[in-house]
Amino acid sequence: MKRDKRTITILMADDDPDDRFLVQEAFVESRLSNPLAFVKDGQELLDYLCCRDQYSQPGLAPRPGLILLDLNMPRKDGREALEEIKADPELRRIPVVVLTTSEAEEDILCTYDLGVAGFITKPVSFNGLVEVIQSVTRYWFEIVELPTGW
Amino acid sequence: MNNQLSQPITILMAEDDPDDRLLVEEAFEESRLANDLYFVKDGIELLNYLRRQGKYISPETAPFPDLILLDLNMPRMDGREALEEIKADPRLKRIPVVVLTTSQAEEDILRSYDIGASGFVSKPVSFEGLVEVIKALSIYWVQIVKLPTQTDVLEINPSL
Repeated sequence: MKRDKRTITILMADDDPDDRFLVQEAFVESRLSNPLAFVKDGQELLDYLCCRDQYSQPGLAPRPGLILLDLNMPRKDGREALEEIKADPELRRIPVVVLTTSEAEEDILCTYDLGVAGFITKPVSFNGLVEVIQSVTRYWFEIVELPTGW
Repeated sequence: MNNQLSQPITILMAEDDPDDRLLVEEAFEESRLANDLYFVKDGIELLNYLRRQGKYISPETAPFPDLILLDLNMPRMDGREALEEIKADPRLKRIPVVVLTTSQAEEDILRSYDIGASGFVSKPVSFEGLVEVIKALSIYWVQIVKLPTQTDVLEINPSL
């Protein structure tokens, strides 16, 4: 019984509108039709996942099968948001992959300690980004099984 | 994207079935992606390996892994229990663990992710399928993501 993984929503948290756009383009380039949802900081991310505030209307925040998480964001950064997600009994099962400009060893260690399922430094080239998106979606949507609902 | 040559990583596989161990070894060879592969055959051996106990005292013959492939159904201590212990141990929890099992049970999938697995793979029935899995796993964990520098347990606790 294979669910249709093309319908899995990918939720990306990134404060940089150019980076959000590039990732969207990378999905188009990879001919992936998954719904992409974007939030621009850690607070919005948690609001989305908890279906509150601007996301409290049913249907506005479809549950993602994968979260792409920038680290350096205003209001609430990715590290803090990750901690909250992994402490929540309902949310912790959603795979989170960090996608950040940081290459700092302490960020790598800290996020794996918190339970991230991959740490990716944003490639400098668009082709590099496409390669990342292709490998990430292949791994999470074609190779591994995802938890309930997906 | 990744212009530098990716360094091979150390992969530790916990699998009680010797045929499955051999198949995975062959799948890695077939995929031609260099990795150093080590095996243990149940949860007890896995934890002994990671904690440098018993016959796993030497880092040369039992190098600390960058990634763990974990079968669920094993004697003595199964993968579910071993995963719980690994993710509860501050010295070990940052090692990514990918479950590789015959189980397709929803409760196993859910529970594995709840405890902190970084992937759950149902063993393919064909060898070609297994090679595809191993290739995709290797590309993701070796070429695409950055892995934490593993601090050997003995470095944290030299008195052990």
